[in-house]
Amino acid sequence: MNNRNRESKRLMIRNGLRDGLPIGLGYFAVAFSLGITARGAGVSPLQGWVASILNHASAGEYALYALIGARAAVWEIAAVIFVTNMRYLLMSAALSQRVSPDAGAGKRLVTGFCITDEIFGLAVARPGYVSCTYLWTAFILADLMWAGGTLCGILAGNVLPAEVVIALSVAIYGMFLAIIIPPARKNRVVAGVVTVSFLLSFGADRLLPSLSSGTRTVVLTVVIAAAAALLFPLKDEETGGEQA
Amino acid sequence: MTQNEIWIAILVGAAVSLAVRALPLTLIRKQIRNRFIRSFLYYVPYVTLAVMTFPAMIDAARHPLAGAAALAAGAAAAWLGAGLFPVAIIACVVEYLAGLI
Repeated sequence: MNNRNRESKRLMIRNGLRDGLPIGLGYFAVAFSLGITARGAGVSPLQGWVASILNHASAGEYALYALIGARAAVWEIAAVIFVTNMRYLLMSAALSQRVSPDAGAGKRLVTGFCITDEIFGLAVARPGYVSCTYLWTAFILADLMWAGGTLCGILAGNVLPAEVVIALSVAIYGMFLAIIIPPARKNRVVAGVVTVSFLLSFGADRLLPSLSSGTRTVVLTVVIAAAAALLFPLKDEETGGEQA
Repeated sequence: MTQNEIWIAILVGAAVSLAVRALPLTLIRKQIRNRFIRSFLYYVPYVTLAVMTFPAMIDAARHPLAGAAALAAGAAAAWLGAGLFPVAIIACVVEYLAGLI
């Protein structure tokens, strides 16, 4: 590896740490409240830590602990985690276009493991091919803080007053807003897509309460994104890394 | 559940999560030329995150007004260019304060 490569690698690690830290801090707060749920389901601190390192998904893990608490069958757990995490299938497909075609299967597999809503947000926030080193660095830091938050929640969840736990549980939605609002400000179609998503999500939640939040997310994502793609297809210059 | 059953549940969950996250990225090696698919994949993250935020954010709060206040404050801060962590903190603080009312 020549000097320039090493230097750019170091820069990517530094950028990854810079962008991973705020994500990790938010994760810590959210995972803390998740840890409280896990504790209620009888999950040990070590189990919670391992589950968080490997699953690192708020909705998926919440479902996991709820199902463990309800003594669900293994196939049920697999099915519900598949549905709650199905949005990652779409993100993974989207990210396949943003990772350099030179990257081998191993590199792609590891990058796929790193996908979370926020890490994906980091990847799409940059034009062109994304650096795997950058994503991995941000992910490792954020994932350790996520697992640390779960661990602390299991160990000390009942120490915090309920109002504080509730306030912390809003953190993850604040992070989602920070990812979707700036592009919505720049691009009217994205702004429209976000607004329609809010409205339909609200409508589906209130009118079809039997639909789980995971299923609702998957169905609305496919329907709204497909409608937007038909009505407002991208111009070539909007596609980031795709042009040769 | 016994401790062993919990471990099995965790590992099954982890395997499903990994498959969902890694398979498309590993299997789709070529650049997608189809304009519809490219556009679809471009819009996916915005829709997914928006759907997960609302109304869940309102329902997670102590009462709907506190959730709405946190949503408005967080959206305004993000609009003005605040990063991930500041927006998350602002949402938490506003929810806490509005929740006291």
